[in-house]
Amino acid sequence: MSLIELRNVEKNFGSLKVIRGVDLNVEKGEVISIIGQSGSGKTTLLRCVNGLETIDSGSITVSGVVLSREPKQLRALRLEVGMIFQQFNLFPHLTAGENVALAQVVVIGRSKAEAHEIAKQNLRRVGLSEKFDAYPHQLSGGQQQRVAIARALAMSPKALLCDEITSALDPELVGEVLAVVRSLASEGMTLLMVTHEMEFARRICDRVVFMRNGVVHEMGSSSAIFEDPKTPELKQFLSAMKH
Amino acid sequence: MISFSFLEMVWALVVATRWTIVLSAVALIGGALLGALLLILRIAHSRILRWGVAGIIVFVQGTPLLIQLFLMFFGVSALGFNVNAWVAAALTLIIWAGAFLGDIWRGCVEAIARGQWEASASLGMGWFQQLRYIIFPQAIRIAIPATVGFSVQVIKATALTSVIGFIELTRTASFVSNATYRPLLTYGLVAIIYFLLCWPLSFSAGRLARRLNVANRTS
Repeated sequence: MSLIELRNVEKNFGSLKVIRGVDLNVEKGEVISIIGQSGSGKTTLLRCVNGLETIDSGSITVSGVVLSREPKQLRALRLEVGMIFQQFNLFPHLTAGENVALAQVVVIGRSKAEAHEIAKQNLRRVGLSEKFDAYPHQLSGGQQQRVAIARALAMSPKALLCDEITSALDPELVGEVLAVVRSLASEGMTLLMVTHEMEFARRICDRVVFMRNGVVHEMGSSSAIFEDPKTPELKQFLSAMKH
Repeated sequence: MISFSFLEMVWALVVATRWTIVLSAVALIGGALLGALLLILRIAHSRILRWGVAGIIVFVQGTPLLIQLFLMFFGVSALGFNVNAWVAAALTLIIWAGAFLGDIWRGCVEAIARGQWEASASLGMGWFQQLRYIIFPQAIRIAIPATVGFSVQVIKATALTSVIGFIELTRTASFVSNATYRPLLTYGLVAIIYFLLCWPLSFSAGRLARRLNVANRTS
């Protein structure tokens, strides 16, 4: 059984069909990139997996449990898959440490001391142990995004969804975030990410999914997609991305 | 005719001011509780609740407070309950302030970026947890200056309750004016008293707005 299974997933925004029948299996420990032009439905697909968008048809299964709209079940699912956002979305009124500790206490019910300890460990994991007491506005974009990664990791998810997590960063800050993602990949974390960092995707991904007009247009191993694209649309997309 | 010295005039007005203050405080505290309830119902996921609350707020905001006072005072009597001016004034002002505060605060909650809801949801938080730990702590910072500013409106609105016979500052002023035949002096003093009540609040609302905004700018 795959960790995440998408079966014929469809999503409409009004009359606009954004996702038009997507099948995808994500195995445990796999690192998958979703690439494609803006508007191809890749971010929406990722948000569906976390239940931030409800699907109109098809099914999404995480660890064998079918995703429903029932709030309690949805919350349980969200503990299995963490999400990192393009805009970081740290809680601005809380310190980095509190950002990482809060949900552990109020959602999982860990003690404050334990949550504090786990927050420390995860901030160390992303290289920010000295920023425990800093507020988000005192951190650079790259640091904020690393806190967001630590926050998701502290919930011990089985997979992480990364939605263009370096797109809002200044170019010189992209590397530090990607380094964290790379180390997660090498530790065996399951990663499903939407990215525009082609070189990065090529190096660390097991599989790459090319989306176009709401469907999976081409999918294959990283080398197959980047070195031997089959469809003219993917060829064109890749050559456009080089510039 | 009773003759009033200037000091006696001032004293009569100052003593009456306590009822203006008490009524303002009751209206604000009750209005804040009602406003908080309306806010919760308004942002709830139930469409019926949202529309119901929106209807109440639109009615209160769309009719003059003076008319609401009459409706409360005469309407409740028509239903067979004996309602005194104090109860009618307090109830009307609580509903009026609640409707405005609920709406002001809803704006503050909606000003919180959608990403905050999404990030907290993705960590598995439920709706009440999101409100309590993420949304309200941020919304309150935005809400404080507007709320303090609105309290000025409440103090001034208490003057209207004089028309249903509640004896506060404005009502007392009309007695004093009738007794002394010095309306300009009387109402001049009344204006000064209202100003002394309201201006510190307006001033601190402005200060708070600037201070909280500075904190915002750095984030």
